[in-house]
Amino acid sequence: MSSALVLLSLVVFLPSVGALALAFFPRKSEDASRWFALATTVVTFLLTAWMAIPGDGKSAQFQLGVAEMQNVFNVSWLPSFGVQYYMGVDGISFPLVLLTTFLSVLAMGAAWPIAKHVKGYCILFLLLETGMLGAFVALDFFLFFIFWEVMLLPMYFLIGIWGGPRREYAAIKFFLYTMLGGVCMVVALLALYFNSDVTKLIGKLSPAEWRATHLLDAYDSRIDAAVTGDARTFKAVELMQADIASGAATEHTFNILAMQQLGQKTDAFDAVLLGGKSIQWWAFVLLFIGFVIKVPSVPFHTWLPDAHVEAPTPISMILAGVLLKLGGYGLIRICYPICPDAAHDLAYFVVTIGVVSMIYGAFAALNQKDFKRLVAYSSVSHMGYVVAGLGVWSAAAATGYDADYWKMGMNGAMFQMIAHGISSAGMFFMVGVLYDRVHHRNLNEFGGLFAKMPVYCCLAWVIFLAGVGLPGLCGFIGEACVTLSVWKFSPVLAVVTAFTVILTAGYILWAFQRVYLGAEYKGPHEEALVPSTWRERAIGATLVAAAILFGVLPYQTVFRYMTPSVDKVVADLVAWQRRDDAVAPAAAMAGASTEPEAATPAANAVSANE
Amino acid sequence: MDFSQVISNLTKHTSESVWLFQPEIWLCATIVVVLLTRLFGVQRAISPFAVSVAGCAIALGVQISMMRAFPEGFAGPQPGRFEFFDGLLVYDNVTIFFRLFLLVFALLLLVLMRVTGVPDRDASSDVFPLVLGSTLGMCLMASANHLLIVFLGVEMASVPSYALAGMLKGRRRGSEAALKYAVFGAGAAGVMLYGISLLGGVLGTVHLPTMAARLSEISWSTAGGEVVALALGGLMVMVGLAFKLSAVPFHFWCPDVFEGATAEVNAFLSVASKAAALALLVRVAFGVSHLPAGADLAPAAPTATTTAALSVTEASVAWAASEKTIAAETDSGLSPVRSYVSKLIAFVAIITCTFGNLAAYGQTNIKRLLAYSTIAHAGYMMMPVAAAVALVGDPSRHATAVEAIGALLVYAVTYLFMNLGAFAIVAFLRNKLLSEEIADYAGLIRSCPTLVVCFVIVLLSLVGIPPLAGFAGKFVVFVSLAKSQSFLLLVVAALNTAVSLFYYLRVVKVMCIDPEPESRSPVAFSALSPSMWYTVAVTVPVVLLGVLFFYVIDAANAAVRHLL
Repeated sequence: MSSALVLLSLVVFLPSVGALALAFFPRKSEDASRWFALATTVVTFLLTAWMAIPGDGKSAQFQLGVAEMQNVFNVSWLPSFGVQYYMGVDGISFPLVLLTTFLSVLAMGAAWPIAKHVKGYCILFLLLETGMLGAFVALDFFLFFIFWEVMLLPMYFLIGIWGGPRREYAAIKFFLYTMLGGVCMVVALLALYFNSDVTKLIGKLSPAEWRATHLLDAYDSRIDAAVTGDARTFKAVELMQADIASGAATEHTFNILAMQQLGQKTDAFDAVLLGGKSIQWWAFVLLFIGFVIKVPSVPFHTWLPDAHVEAPTPISMILAGVLLKLGGYGLIRICYPICPDAAHDLAYFVVTIGVVSMIYGAFAALNQKDFKRLVAYSSVSHMGYVVAGLGVWSAAAATGYDADYWKMGMNGAMFQMIAHGISSAGMFFMVGVLYDRVHHRNLNEFGGLFAKMPVYCCLAWVIFLAGVGLPGLCGFIGEACVTLSVWKFSPVLAVVTAFTVILTAGYILWAFQRVYLGAEYKGPHEEALVPSTWRERAIGATLVAAAILFGVLPYQTVFRYMTPSVDKVVADLVAWQRRDDAVAPAAAMAGASTEPEAATPAANAVSANE
Repeated sequence: MDFSQVISNLTKHTSESVWLFQPEIWLCATIVVVLLTRLFGVQRAISPFAVSVAGCAIALGVQISMMRAFPEGFAGPQPGRFEFFDGLLVYDNVTIFFRLFLLVFALLLLVLMRVTGVPDRDASSDVFPLVLGSTLGMCLMASANHLLIVFLGVEMASVPSYALAGMLKGRRRGSEAALKYAVFGAGAAGVMLYGISLLGGVLGTVHLPTMAARLSEISWSTAGGEVVALALGGLMVMVGLAFKLSAVPFHFWCPDVFEGATAEVNAFLSVASKAAALALLVRVAFGVSHLPAGADLAPAAPTATTTAALSVTEASVAWAASEKTIAAETDSGLSPVRSYVSKLIAFVAIITCTFGNLAAYGQTNIKRLLAYSTIAHAGYMMMPVAAAVALVGDPSRHATAVEAIGALLVYAVTYLFMNLGAFAIVAFLRNKLLSEEIADYAGLIRSCPTLVVCFVIVLLSLVGIPPLAGFAGKFVVFVSLAKSQSFLLLVVAALNTAVSLFYYLRVVKVMCIDPEPESRSPVAFSALSPSMWYTVAVTVPVVLLGVLFFYVIDAANAAVRHLL
């Protein structure tokens, strides 16, 4: 217990401790600030890398094959609201945590050319890292929201102070969009919180499921050590019930895992709220807007091209590599499991949003003159795969609740998040290397770079091909999984998805041709095109290595961590669907109330088989 | 009741009342001492600052020792609620909370005035009594139980404020601000007094619990002219309160006064005055919409006697009377009142909040911007009151109603540090830059990073970004709105929060992103100067309260526990 507390708190707050220490550095010590910030990110990365070595469950290392949360701890924080300092990792969050610490090291390395207010930059960058890591490991909705908002401010300053000519516009646009998403999230958060009632879970959860929600952790210390096993769990449930009845504890909860169980196993969020729609329907819509702004999907994507174009290179890397992933993470961790009914109703809508983002982003990218804007629109397009893959609710009664394609889609979406983290960060880095030299990004004013910067161009070639989705590189796996699963969901959308793959190849190869190939360089500052430095090569080569590694060994590097947890999300949702389908006809006929009991064992048997 | 009995009652009540009135009496004594030092020309020898701080500290200490003496309220008609001075004032946990709040704030403000050096040594023996006198009036507002005290408290708090607004002698803007404030204040006070007389005329009393009892006896379906007079009277009393709250449409004085007065005075007006006005709003709104349990108020008194209006003695009859006759059906007679009061406050809150935030966009002067910001914050703080009043009628939801007021108190505490911090920094910058234009703050982060970082924290806390204090306040208010199912208010508050981001962030942008003008001489604060210490000292709570706000929630919930 306490080792998880120490380890995860250290991972999350080490960067901000570093930031605090940096505040006391003398103002002129620029190199010291850079090296110190880099060292902080490296130590954070090493901590998470150590966690990634498969362990046996005794240490804090990640345990393979476990779908549930690991390294969980919870400490009471705001007792009157039941808010906990509550964190843990599973196969969904851990790869993203690792991606965050990995990219933070590279982005800090890419920050060497930044010469303005270096100390301030490093402080804000480290604070941003704390926000990102915290959001991924938080299991309390309130805590998640706090970390989510904590990211805003450093990002605003990093774009607004160190950005390009229109940085102020871009920074405030980013802030306003995300703040609006945050406000939507707060309303949904409160609606869910006040309708949550953990006593409704009594009788609906097995002892193992009770344990998995970690609702009872606080009561363990009050139970005699002699009571063990299931009896201990039931005793803890009794204590919780007694505390709630006496008013010593609140029945509402921010515990995300408990909210998931409430959404799937009880009617806590089913009451009609407005316009004939239930609480969970509205919560889903509000949360979806909040997360999709971050992803971003059409029509909430317009902040992204501006933010990317104006942001300095390392911040673009972080923005594309990590921040966008928080949107996808929110969908899979919060939106879907807490509001299954609404997710099921709106499945087609969600996939359509994803597919429209793909094709829209691809067409927009084709039309760009600015290299960085092109990469930004490619992010919109690539993140569309994530939304589509998460949304392909392929299980239905007619197909015998066959969820294989959905599992494939969701695994593909999660892999796409990691792959896009590598490839888009790489592409932004490659653009940044050029911009540092010639200070323009006009696609039509490049050319002939292979002769001048051969090593750099080879690295860029691999990264851009990873963006295209060439088999053998990281981009392929996710796109292929998602495209296949969308086919099962809706052939029309699958055709559009497949067409996007062609467009992607089109805009990336065309851009590559205009920038790197050709006989001569056509733009200004030709004399500045010196070969890449060792620092740039190290960062580029690391990203290339990761792109190849993830493309060749997707199972060993990503899927073996990820799949159990992702499959469990799908299995839980399908089990919910079975129960729901079993209740609905019966309720329609006679309003029978005994039906859930009949449906539950079957559903449990299914999830046990899986 | 013969004469001797009246006298003995009077002395007994008076001695009890005076005991409960100790902090205010200490404040009065301090004012007199400071004025005497001026009169005898010894303010050089006896520092008015030291006397004022000592007076405040003693008042604070006395209040704390009084809490020790009665930790859990009284054996009055209602636990934890004690009417004194014949029902004019009420002593309960809310009174205690606001006395502590106001006295702590007065202390902090006195220190701020000392640090900034405005007023100077000669003027301080004039200014400090005004601050203390106004604080005294605010304490009365927070413990008002009678519309006469409402009026008296508002006037006692306002009149010194008028003078404070024009504190810097010989400055046109200051004098203009003071005059504008005084004219506006006088008008609002007149309207409020008229409203009070209308209410008193129809109900025969202006003692709030008795008023509630009378209101509950009115048969709303048949009464015609009475209802109009009551509605009009209620509206007019609301005008007076809205003036103190700077609620739209009675906010016009606020930006102009804030621009003309010094930042120190602005801090006073925006924090203390607003908190007291909110306390008063709670008192009046709850007073007329709720019958204190067990206090059947003057059942035998003649109804609708216009001649006996404003009779104070009625109140003493009131709370000596019998109990248990209040049944649910009497209370339900108040539901039209509750609906009216709640809707009125909700409407004003929505308009105030939205208007304040929108009007702040165009401001170029930091004090005007913060003035509109305080208007918007008043709107946020009125929302839980509206939500709570709507719930007062349903005993099963009293806990929720009380919690909403608790949320208001939490908000008020966070607001104290945020606004004091903001105005303190504005004052320090004014001393260095001799300007209060936002444009002149350009690039300040280069020359005084610590101060600007503190200002950024305070401004973002005003937006309500976690994990800062402002978020804690907003969050508990939102929670109370969601809990009381005031979804319209919740949505308006949430949208306003997003909207307000823009103008606060503009100030941040100017300070942190814009380049430093070359013409400006360097602005430097030494790390150990009192201004730096003060800035950090008020910013640290802004950060800490955001993380540890459950302590404040507990205190606030304890303060409102016996409100219903």
